[in-house]
Amino acid sequence: MKLIYEQSSAGRRGVRLPASDVPAAVPLPAELLRTELAGLPEVSELDTVRHFTNLSRRNYSVDTHFYPLGSCTMKYNVKAVENGAGLFSEEHPLLPLLPGGLEHAQGSLGLLHALGEALAEITGMAEVTTQPLAGAHGEMTGIMLISAYHKARGNKKRYVVVPDSSHGTNPASAAMAGYEIITVPTASYGDMDLELFRAAMSDEVAAVMMTCPNTLGLFNPHIREICDIAHSFGALCYYDGANLNAIMGKVRPGDVGFDVIHLNLHKTFGTPHGGGGPGSGPVGVREALVPFLPTPRIVKRGASFILETENPRSIGRTANFFGNFGVMVKAYAYILMLGREGLIRVSEQAVLNANYIMARLKEYYDLPYDFTCMHECVFSASRQVKQGVHALDIAKFLIDKGYHPPTIYFPLIVKDAIMIEPTETESKETLDAFIQVMIEAAQLAESDPSAFAALPVTMPVTRLDETRAARSQNVCFAGC
Amino acid sequence: METYFTKEHEWVTIKDGVAAVGISDHAAHLLGDVTFVELPPLGKVVTQFQQFAAIESVKAASDIYAPLSGKIIKVNEALEVTPEIVNESPEEAAWIVRLEPSNLEELQNLMTRTQYEEFLGGME
Repeated sequence: MKLIYEQSSAGRRGVRLPASDVPAAVPLPAELLRTELAGLPEVSELDTVRHFTNLSRRNYSVDTHFYPLGSCTMKYNVKAVENGAGLFSEEHPLLPLLPGGLEHAQGSLGLLHALGEALAEITGMAEVTTQPLAGAHGEMTGIMLISAYHKARGNKKRYVVVPDSSHGTNPASAAMAGYEIITVPTASYGDMDLELFRAAMSDEVAAVMMTCPNTLGLFNPHIREICDIAHSFGALCYYDGANLNAIMGKVRPGDVGFDVIHLNLHKTFGTPHGGGGPGSGPVGVREALVPFLPTPRIVKRGASFILETENPRSIGRTANFFGNFGVMVKAYAYILMLGREGLIRVSEQAVLNANYIMARLKEYYDLPYDFTCMHECVFSASRQVKQGVHALDIAKFLIDKGYHPPTIYFPLIVKDAIMIEPTETESKETLDAFIQVMIEAAQLAESDPSAFAALPVTMPVTRLDETRAARSQNVCFAGC
Repeated sequence: METYFTKEHEWVTIKDGVAAVGISDHAAHLLGDVTFVELPPLGKVVTQFQQFAAIESVKAASDIYAPLSGKIIKVNEALEVTPEIVNESPEEAAWIVRLEPSNLEELQNLMTRTQYEEFLGGME
């Protein structure tokens, strides 16, 4: 398939505008005017439409195929919620901030407030800010809130404790906020080693960041004890909500002892993820941290919503306007559609599906942490590696069979990890078909391991040289 | 010349009072094809077991920890252009930094090659 630039033909245009016969009111200053063409492809409208339509047909998405990408919660995005977002698309995001604009934006502010309240109820937090634009941004906001909390109390804190099974963004966010990281290894029971955790704690620890269930898909049975220990050293507990899809309506992080939490609406609350995003990473906090929440903060006064903009203790604004508003409309619609009982069923079904896959595949793949899992399960291809077949090769096999591969080589603590998260929206038939293909991959690794080297063969491109792509990066089409 | 190792798979050798530091053959093998090495600035003072550089491969990004405390006096700039030498010669050509150790007693916190090999055996 040619690039759109390669289809360019000098002088061809999609639209020809008539020459303007109206003089410009004020001519633009000469230094702002372009002296040469921008170098855009010269193509007709039809060329353009065909090019992008054909490109889109090469897309792989949850609307076309099963997408068991572990840690990402690639659930089906219900189409009904798209209609809801459309209802709000005419409103300018500045409206509530303009003089006299507030009263015309009551519906939108009300929606944000109601979404915040719903998320606070689901997580057991006092208040939620919906500003952060994605999960990592939520983490950054959460850590800044923790830092502001400690500073306001005159606490001298240097460290953030993170288990080695955490998402890589956890230590990254804490380091960005100026903390040093203490990593605690995973014990044989698949969770942060409790004794090593105790040893890592001191009065200088600002926070403990936990993902629960963790990246092995395991729920930490010591989670309340961990929060108690952290609190006894004056540290706060941060809950990475990336895996909330496993526990909705079963456990509220706030009830367990967590002080700050971020959520990924594009994971748990059914809004598009990845290239179809954008994301949204609301942050919930316990009462003691409410004064530090970002401004403008939406506050309910009587029957109307106002914006609290002046608050010297706040960490300030963390996003333009009110965050990714369209995503929040969809997430709110999703919560209303499912209701309390529906959300509970979401988690139950997600956990059941993951355990079904785990139980049926553990005969064929090594399962280094063999416990009942939550919303995802993590195998190791170590048995296949002995035949020379790596997790990457199995991933390529799955592509040829029409499946998006699971996450591979993550979490790092599992050798040749294959991390499968089916989500609740898949039927037993879909899971069975996927399991069958995974079994075929394991059998082929035994009978003909060399067959993997050439895969995939059904795609527009075959096996890519990932090493060369990373070592000699060249992302320009021409002229550089 | 004795080579010492950390649990995080860094090695260090000392010659004429200067310590050469890199990652072990085992670590390079586990990482797979290395694509990028983030070097620390010259003159940086590091503490034993503190992160001071980072390495990326097609599989993962990992931190590199200082096996000894001291001041970095040289960085291996060849790694910026040809990171593949980490895979080709992890314990020789692909030294990452040279540092002036500030406390040689810290060697007691490290493993000898024999101890490191036993340690690796225990991880299997």
